[in-house]
Amino acid sequence: MTAEDRTRPGSGTRRHGEAPRPTAGAAGTFVGMPAFPQAAARAVRDERLRANLRHATGTIRAKRAGAVAELDDWQHLRQAGKEIKDHTLAHLDHYLLQAEEAVTAAGGTVHWARDAAEANAIVTGLVEATGETEVVKVKSMATQEIRLNDALAEHGIAAYETDLAELIVQLGDDEPSHILVPAIHRNRGQIRDIFRERMAAWGRPAPEGLTDEPAELAEAARLHLREKFLRAKVGVSGANFLVAETGTVVIVESEGNGRMCLTLPKTLISVVGIEKVVPTWRDLEVFLQLLPRSSTAERMNPYTSTFTGTTDADGPSEFHLVLLDNGRTDTLADAVGRQALRCIRCSACLNVCPVYERTGGHAYGVPYPGPIGAILTPQLHGLQGALEASLPYASSLCGACYDVCPVAIDIPEVLVELRERSAQEAAGHTAERAAMGAATWLLDHPAAYRAATRAATAGRSLAPRQLPYPAAARNWTATRALPQVPAETFHQWWKKHDRPGGSARSSSQRPSQDGARDDPPSPRSSSPDDTPDTPQDQA
Amino acid sequence: MNDARDTVLARIRGALGDGAGRTPGPFPEDRRRYAASHTSADPGDRTALLAEHLADYRAHVHRTTEEELPSAVGRLLAAHGSRTVVVPPGLPEGWLAETDVEQVHDSGPLTAVELDAVDSVLTGCVLAIAETGTIVLDSGPGQGRRALSLVPDHHVCVIRAPEQVVASVPEAVARLDPARPQTWISGPSATSDIELDRVEGVHGPRTLDVVIVGGAG
Repeated sequence: MTAEDRTRPGSGTRRHGEAPRPTAGAAGTFVGMPAFPQAAARAVRDERLRANLRHATGTIRAKRAGAVAELDDWQHLRQAGKEIKDHTLAHLDHYLLQAEEAVTAAGGTVHWARDAAEANAIVTGLVEATGETEVVKVKSMATQEIRLNDALAEHGIAAYETDLAELIVQLGDDEPSHILVPAIHRNRGQIRDIFRERMAAWGRPAPEGLTDEPAELAEAARLHLREKFLRAKVGVSGANFLVAETGTVVIVESEGNGRMCLTLPKTLISVVGIEKVVPTWRDLEVFLQLLPRSSTAERMNPYTSTFTGTTDADGPSEFHLVLLDNGRTDTLADAVGRQALRCIRCSACLNVCPVYERTGGHAYGVPYPGPIGAILTPQLHGLQGALEASLPYASSLCGACYDVCPVAIDIPEVLVELRERSAQEAAGHTAERAAMGAATWLLDHPAAYRAATRAATAGRSLAPRQLPYPAAARNWTATRALPQVPAETFHQWWKKHDRPGGSARSSSQRPSQDGARDDPPSPRSSSPDDTPDTPQDQA
Repeated sequence: MNDARDTVLARIRGALGDGAGRTPGPFPEDRRRYAASHTSADPGDRTALLAEHLADYRAHVHRTTEEELPSAVGRLLAAHGSRTVVVPPGLPEGWLAETDVEQVHDSGPLTAVELDAVDSVLTGCVLAIAETGTIVLDSGPGQGRRALSLVPDHHVCVIRAPEQVVASVPEAVARLDPARPQTWISGPSATSDIELDRVEGVHGPRTLDVVIVGGAG
């Protein structure tokens, strides 16, 4: 299947009344998706979008803090979650083979997909083999990522999203903007309008006199989707966890649409990223405590389904598991960036992010927005695209995302690593490369370095606090003061003080004599926001 | 297809370098430093906490005794206005001794459309978790296949206290059999999809009545 095949026909629709929607490209990204700064600039001018996001993220932040505070061992759970995922990733080949064996033994069929096109071809073929022309879907990030619905549509198969927020996105011909609540950019009034205008074209119309009360909107979705659930023969899902030792698939949800899709159809197809595997059934005791409290701020989400292969006279008689790579092995190869694969898609990092709260999710591209998207998308797709190259900069590095992450992904650390790679690999950073080249030469030539720094201190009274040009430098200093040039260079200072008994070598400044320093370094110690001389980076 | 499998495995082994291909030891026990439970070991406290947490998420909680259970079930079905109730295989007959609501058995089995026409479903459970306000069904006797407790709009679930009540998620996971299909239920169907605010009542049963039998209620 070529990239052109996967371009959605009739995609000239708009996202909340703005730019034309870009078309899907080969890597599951968007051809022509603007870099983050351009997309964000447009988003922050949308007053209604900002109000919707401020309201929704503010609501969930306070609730999450309360749900987490109930467990006094939260940090131990978080550490165990992190370590179990790291252990799994370090032996990923072993655990995937174990899962494959267990699923097969329990009556399921396992398929492997190197990329989006291969996964879409597998699922399309499986649906076509049933003779059905429609499927019901549980909300799934993996199938968003591979744009499965578009691929199915090209083969005449209608895929009905059944999660309420996904339904809102699908009916509105829109794109998701949040991992947990894909329609977070819509408020209740907008949702009512979409239901009134679009439900009839997809099936049962919205009830007469529908108001914007959330309970009424939920009821409208219940009525609209019920007929689809009752006649569905094929269900498609992702998975939250795949247990290697037993082959058990775990799906966490709230509405019951997941249960409908997992139990009523005859055939079930689950598309699962290879990083979703956990070694043992027991490991769920960690993740089923971490995920709901981080995600919807509940002690437990309303419904969790677990199933192992097929069961006689209960649920689907045919089960297919599609294991998806699609860039995950590239991510695994990066020793720093690999930690992004620990993600359990809770979306807590989105809800606390000052950048996400102002720009919304669309600016990050689809389907992974917010801080986790800023490190996941460039690693899954590579840094060549304009959007991907800009995403590592879509952060103030304030670290709030790391603090709330239930599996302790150090997002700022990965962002900084990706900035370095972006500067080295991607186009568009010529000024930075030129500056680094000049610095390298100076550091290789001590005499020239001393001359340059002496010249800088001599001219310190002339140093501006803002840079007049070029434009990029002027913009950068418009909101930041340049550091003051000191009166003497470090070399000059050292010469004066580097004498036996001189103050520069007083024992109090020698870490080797500081007996209290045997703690391991904090995991954040390498992050730039710990550096006290860059307060302008604090959000 | 096997090409894809070989390629993905080769990519993983390439990415991992030396660590790949070896059978790992189990995740070390001493790295599980979290608590096995956050709750008092007293069975009465555990059951009270379960009742409180079930109610937090809008399940209707009723405490009763073994003798009073049939009349409690009868009252709940009547209060919901139910004319029909699904009876899963293995449900104790006595539970429906004091109601004249029509009993529908899952023989055949029932189609989804037939199931949708039934007003209520009465089930037991395999266990309940106090700390999270969760009931777990595993399709065992008195529970039936998963669809039975999903499609009807009203679910009455009976928990035997204290023996079916565990304190915590780790205690529940240790007791459950992963080979059986499970449904963990915490309150009625709900969504947070409109402005991240929780609303009860979407696709699953919109009314969840939980009857706790025994446990010094």
